[in-house]
Amino acid sequence: MAYTKPTFKAQYENFIGGEWVAPVDGNYFEAVSPIDNQVMTKVAQSNKKDVQVATDAAWKGFEAWGKTSVTERSAVLNKIADAMEANLEMLAIAESWDNGKAIRETINADLPLAIDHFRYFAGVIRSEAGTVADLDNSTVSQEVHEPLGVVGQIIPWNFPLLMAAWKIAPAIAAGNCVVLKPAEQTPVSILLMMEVIADVLPAGVINIINGFGPECGKPLALSKGIRKIGFTGETTTGRLIMQYASENIIPVTLELGGKSPNVFMESIMDEDDAFFDKAIEGLVLFAFNQGEVCTCPSRALIQESIYEPFMKRVLERVEAIKMGDPLDASTMMGAQASTDQYEKILNYISIGKEEGAELLIGGEKFDNKTYPDGCFIKPTIFKGDNKMRIFQEEIFGPVLSVTTFKDIDEALEIANDTLYGLGAGVWTRNVHEMQKLTRGIEAGRVWANCYHAYPSHASFGGYKLSGIGRETHMMMLNNYRHTKNILTSYDENALGFF
Amino acid sequence: MSTKRVDSTQKANDLIDRLREKHGTELMFHQSGGCCDGSAPMCFEVGDFMVGSRDLKVGEIHGCEFFMAEDQYEYMKNTHILIDVVEGRGSSFSIEIPLGVRFIAVSRLFTADELINLEEIVID
Repeated sequence: MAYTKPTFKAQYENFIGGEWVAPVDGNYFEAVSPIDNQVMTKVAQSNKKDVQVATDAAWKGFEAWGKTSVTERSAVLNKIADAMEANLEMLAIAESWDNGKAIRETINADLPLAIDHFRYFAGVIRSEAGTVADLDNSTVSQEVHEPLGVVGQIIPWNFPLLMAAWKIAPAIAAGNCVVLKPAEQTPVSILLMMEVIADVLPAGVINIINGFGPECGKPLALSKGIRKIGFTGETTTGRLIMQYASENIIPVTLELGGKSPNVFMESIMDEDDAFFDKAIEGLVLFAFNQGEVCTCPSRALIQESIYEPFMKRVLERVEAIKMGDPLDASTMMGAQASTDQYEKILNYISIGKEEGAELLIGGEKFDNKTYPDGCFIKPTIFKGDNKMRIFQEEIFGPVLSVTTFKDIDEALEIANDTLYGLGAGVWTRNVHEMQKLTRGIEAGRVWANCYHAYPSHASFGGYKLSGIGRETHMMMLNNYRHTKNILTSYDENALGFF
Repeated sequence: MSTKRVDSTQKANDLIDRLREKHGTELMFHQSGGCCDGSAPMCFEVGDFMVGSRDLKVGEIHGCEFFMAEDQYEYMKNTHILIDVVEGRGSSFSIEIPLGVRFIAVSRLFTADELINLEEIVID
């Protein structure tokens, strides 16, 4: 079954202060779908002036929003979730068209997870509180939470709506107002989301400005009108964000990617059962979202004693990955998100071949009969050595690098031989191996006998160059608020010092 | 003459000239790592990106210094980088993005002859 190609308005404005606002200088840029490389609509090409308009509107919104009760805030977050859920299919189709990913993923993962994120934060803020301590008989210390004010957020193009939800939900749940800049490759789906939730959202709480990094993202990161900046992307921009934040002395949250190891111990093949089948799928998840996931399990480390039979089964499963029209519900892998991404991935495939890695499957573009001009690449597996570039650099495409290890110590050594530490997977039937590997791998999220699950109530973030701070989980609330200490003395007597 | 680690195509040189004129200043490059637009060359006005003490200058292209983090260079030291331009929409703060084009790094392994004759990396 194929869904109908979405229709868009000819042009979209920014969403500021609860209104659709044209960019100050009246410029727009064309949004292109990577599925057919055709222009789908035009969006605002904002600059410094629009950042000012948006932060001003956000501060105006904050006057009321910062003072709302958690009961009211929780109700708004639930209404956002309900409105998105009522329009799930429409948003999922738009998300697929904007980003290129297969519709079965947007319908079953991106949208349900984004919706749940608002519900999760709607729930947790009702049940958490500050703390009170009796320091002595007459002194009480209260730790109370207060929102930061207006926060800036710059999100990536791989999960446009889900990454927006990850950033927006905790920030507004904590009482902040948000100015968010979507990625320039995927500027549209979030505008449809704003159309859907505009009626349930107080003015100025969520403000969306589209534009290019140097013209719009940079002035947002530099703005005196923000009290925090959150960014997901790559390391050079991450460093710039920190540099800009240092001018205003504001906190940053950075999520900068990884080169996640997925470790398969020989015990997975003790039985040819449901768990072994799950482990095979666990490896093939490198192709999820066309590999455009910060935690893509892009390095598979396989115990050498099972390499041959395991890889035989894996390759059968990769062979069965169906490519085609991303809007067809049976299509398993869609288009890469942009032409430059497509070129970059193809270049990494040629680097892999030059470096002497053995190409096991794929390794070329996919000729899509429905969309011959789209950015489609076949799922690709190389076997090689962990020192190769394809093992060390995030390709952000459906390219898996496989290597083998003798024992658990070597597995750990290879797993940690990377500049990054965002995600990791461990597959074994042995609890002792599980403990040693999950605690030994330097990464912020280790999936044990699973992969690519993203529940709201589990923290997410990186070790090493993968970034600073955490996302998801209620601990995220403290990344978006101040802690104020109110120290009260009930003693009527002076200290006696003066 | 020693082998350069990083070179640029005529298309990249033309874009550098265009950006120099538009911004009225000298430009520099920093090779990114990590997710999304990671592993892509980023072009900035000189003085915008703070070059760090562990960034290596791996070469110059069309008069622009080209830097890379030392730990990242470790994995790229055996590859030659050719900076080219493709049509398309990148994100990041790289200054060519509003023009609808993107600098990309096309890599290939150095030959054995090239490897023994590589340009020296000068560390301050």
